Formats: sequence, C-alpha cells, structure tokens
Amino acid sequence: MLKIYVDMEKCQHYGQCVFEAPDIFRLNSDDKLEYTATADDSERGNIEAAIDVCPMQAIFLVD
Amino acid sequence: MIHPVVIVGASMGGLRAAEALRRFGYLGPITAIGDEPYAPYNRPPLSKEVLATQVSHEAVAFLQRTATQDVNWVLGTRIVAADLEHQTVTDANGEVYPYGVLIVATGLRPRRLEVPNGMLAGRHAVRTLDDAIGLRASLQPGARVVIMGSGFIGCEVAATARKLGCDVKVIGPGTHPIVRPLGVELASELQRRHEAMGVEFFMKRKIVDLAGTSHVTGAILDDGTELDCDVLVEAIGSHENTEWLEGNDIDVSAGVLTDDALRAVKASGDGVWNNVFAIGDVARFVNPIFDEVPRRVEHWNIPTDSAKRVGKVVATMLGDGIGGSPADSESFNAVLAEGFAPIPSFWSDQYEMHILAYGLLALADDIKLIDGEISGDCVFGYYRGGKMVGVCGIGLRSVVQKYRSVFTLEGTQ
Repeated sequence: MLKIYVDMEKCQHYGQCVFEAPDIFRLNSDDKLEYTATADDSERGNIEAAIDVCPMQAIFLVD
Repeated sequence: MIHPVVIVGASMGGLRAAEALRRFGYLGPITAIGDEPYAPYNRPPLSKEVLATQVSHEAVAFLQRTATQDVNWVLGTRIVAADLEHQTVTDANGEVYPYGVLIVATGLRPRRLEVPNGMLAGRHAVRTLDDAIGLRASLQPGARVVIMGSGFIGCEVAATARKLGCDVKVIGPGTHPIVRPLGVELASELQRRHEAMGVEFFMKRKIVDLAGTSHVTGAILDDGTELDCDVLVEAIGSHENTEWLEGNDIDVSAGVLTDDALRAVKASGDGVWNNVFAIGDVARFVNPIFDEVPRRVEHWNIPTDSAKRVGKVVATMLGDGIGGSPADSESFNAVLAEGFAPIPSFWSDQYEMHILAYGLLALADDIKLIDGEISGDCVFGYYRGGKMVGVCGIGLRSVVQKYRSVFTLEGTQ
C-alpha cells in the first residue's frame, strides 16, 4: 500500500495532478483538491508523475 | 570505459532527465553539472509565495528520489566549452568531462538593463535562489520598488512587493501588463486589479538611465520622468545559455534547435547529433499540436515533459549502460516514432488571482470571453484562424481544465 500526503498549506488547487493520477486526485465542485490518501502499488508511476507536475511541489509519497 | 551521460544544467530539467533515465532502465553513470551551488530547486515560488515569506533552499528544493541517489552532482561549476566531435565538455577551471551522451539543460539567464549609470547597488534580477534571497532582503515596508518589465515575473513581483508593504511602480513597453500573450481585454483588467492594490503603472515607457552614486536612488524614463527608487527589479526577458556550445556544428541561433526526439540539429544541415539532446527552456522544437514552427517554450512543464522524452530515448538507445545490450533498432525506432507533443501550460498567482492557462496564447488572432465575467472570475479563449490555440482563466479552474484536452494531438484531429 502507498500512502499519499498533500501539504494543503502549499497546494493551490491547480489540479495538474488530476490528469496524471485521476483515481487518486480530483477537484471538487468548489475547485478544491481532494485526494485518496492510500493507493495500491500499481499506482506508483501515476503518483510519481503527479508529484512531478505539481507546480507547488505539494504532493508526497510516504513509503 | 563507459562514458557517462553528462547533463549540463542541474535544475529541474536536469533532475527530471536523470530520473527518467533510471525509470526507463539506464543504470550506468550519470553526471549532472550545474553552475549554481544548490541541488535542483523549484523556481516559480521565488517570485511568489516563497519571496513573500522566507527564501531558503529548503523551501524550494526538489525531493531527491532513491533512484537518482548515485547521480554524480557537480555543483557550483560552470561549463564553458564543448567539443561535440570528441564528446567532451570543459568547465571554467579547465577540467574536461568526457560523455557518451550529452543532455543540454542550461536554460536561460535574465537579460539586464543597459544604461550609462549602471554600476549601482540595488539592482535585482529574478531567476535564481540567490537572486530571490537578495531581493527579499530589500523588500522592506515602505521601500520604493521600481519594476522594469510588466510580464508575468514583473507582475508577480509587484503583487508580492505590495503584500510586503512596499511602494511599487511598474514600467512596461506594451500598452498593458502581460498584454502579450493575454490580450488587451484581460491585460487591462489585470492592470485595473493591480492598480486597486496600489501599484502604479508607466506603460509604453522604458528606463533610459539610473540616478545614484553607489546605490540606485532613481529611475529615469524615456519621457524624462524620474521615479524615486530604492530597489530596481529587472524583469525584461532572458538570454539562452548556449555560448558554451558555440564552435560546434550545432544550430544555437535561438536556443538549441532539436528534432522531435530533442536531438540537437546540426547547423550544417547534415541531420542531427545522435548523442546530443536539449531539454527545457533552451530547447527549440516543433510542437505538432500547433504547427511546424520550432519554438522555445518558457513554461514550467516543458523541462519535465522534455526530460521524460529524452530519458526514454536515451535509455532505449543505451540499454542498461552496465553491460546489457541496447534495444534493437526496431524498438528504438518505435520509441523515436512516439514523437513529442507536450501540452503547454502555465499558471500565475497575483494577490488572490489564480491564473491558469493551457496552449500557446501568443499565437491567437482572436480572443474572446467564454465564461464568467471580466470583473470577477473569467475564462478567455484564444483562437487562430477560428481554431482554439489557448485558454486562460482567472479562477474557474474546472472550466479551464475542461479545455485541456483540446491541446493534445487527439484534440487537434
């Protein structure tokens, strides 16, 4: 299991992560980021891609 | 003797290239050489959030992944020459680094104002961490800040300096701030919002000289106006860092011209260098989503997108780099054929305005409001010959996001 952490102090809700890992990240109806805090190992590549494209570098994978 | 993959430029693009090489199976030596003393860090916050608070390397450093722990980072070292025939680069101390593959990731440096009385303290650029540390120390409440340049960086620094209680004046060559690429309607609204926050604009003006003896005290404009100035911020565009490549058969006329595998094109017209690649701001490439014109693109996503493309091509070409055999020509050609069509995107934070855009707005011949209201949250569409080439919103992110798929190869069909 992977644990995902988003620093919501840093996050500016740009939603770039949504395109890389749509099963983990989404923007809600208020345009705010929501995410699932755990994921299967098979999501690692997508989550790492989401980390790469986050303009605020607010996403962390906790191994 | 296996020569390493040498990455010149140890910023985001260099880091992402090293990561991509590992991800696609290259296990051989990687050397990344950068002229700054810092491990790779994220630049955009240096004109925004981080400039508004505490500027430190820790606040902006990229996480280093385990896969790239064995990369040989050579920091604080400027590469001054390259010999592409003999596959070497040379640093300012004369040390020579042989390479098997060279990845050019040297990016840009800020253009500086050229004025007769220029040898003054108090002049700032906004590119590196050290620039931001120096600027942050000067942005004291009540400081008279003059910003030459009304593009994204100039406007972001203006917003940050106002937040910090500085007196802020912006000088720009155009009719409105960021008029290219935003267009007159959105740019004039942006100016209005800045003015509401207390920023004063001097548009269609430039600085012709500075006042002061050791430290800048004033900025003299081309209409004779003299603005009191304690802090001068110069945000007037950039130069490509390609001088070190000169003297080789390589097209560096406006950045490094590449093919769609980001391989450097020879100036002689004799094809490409199979082992020389360029990524990030410095690469000039065709994006087939838009047209056949090679361009440099100064968007934050380009270093990462181009590094991933190069990492895959190089890892396929070299194999694991520790004795295993590289991919056969069929697999390599299949990777080459994947092409490169990154979705341009950028964002900007100014006060409570969150600007998000996709596409190449500057290509537009027609710009229209497509959602919201200009005085509040709004989305503009940018069109060339009736076809959408960009979208930009203040707020309304989920609306802007919906248009992202337009800027893909599938979206252009």
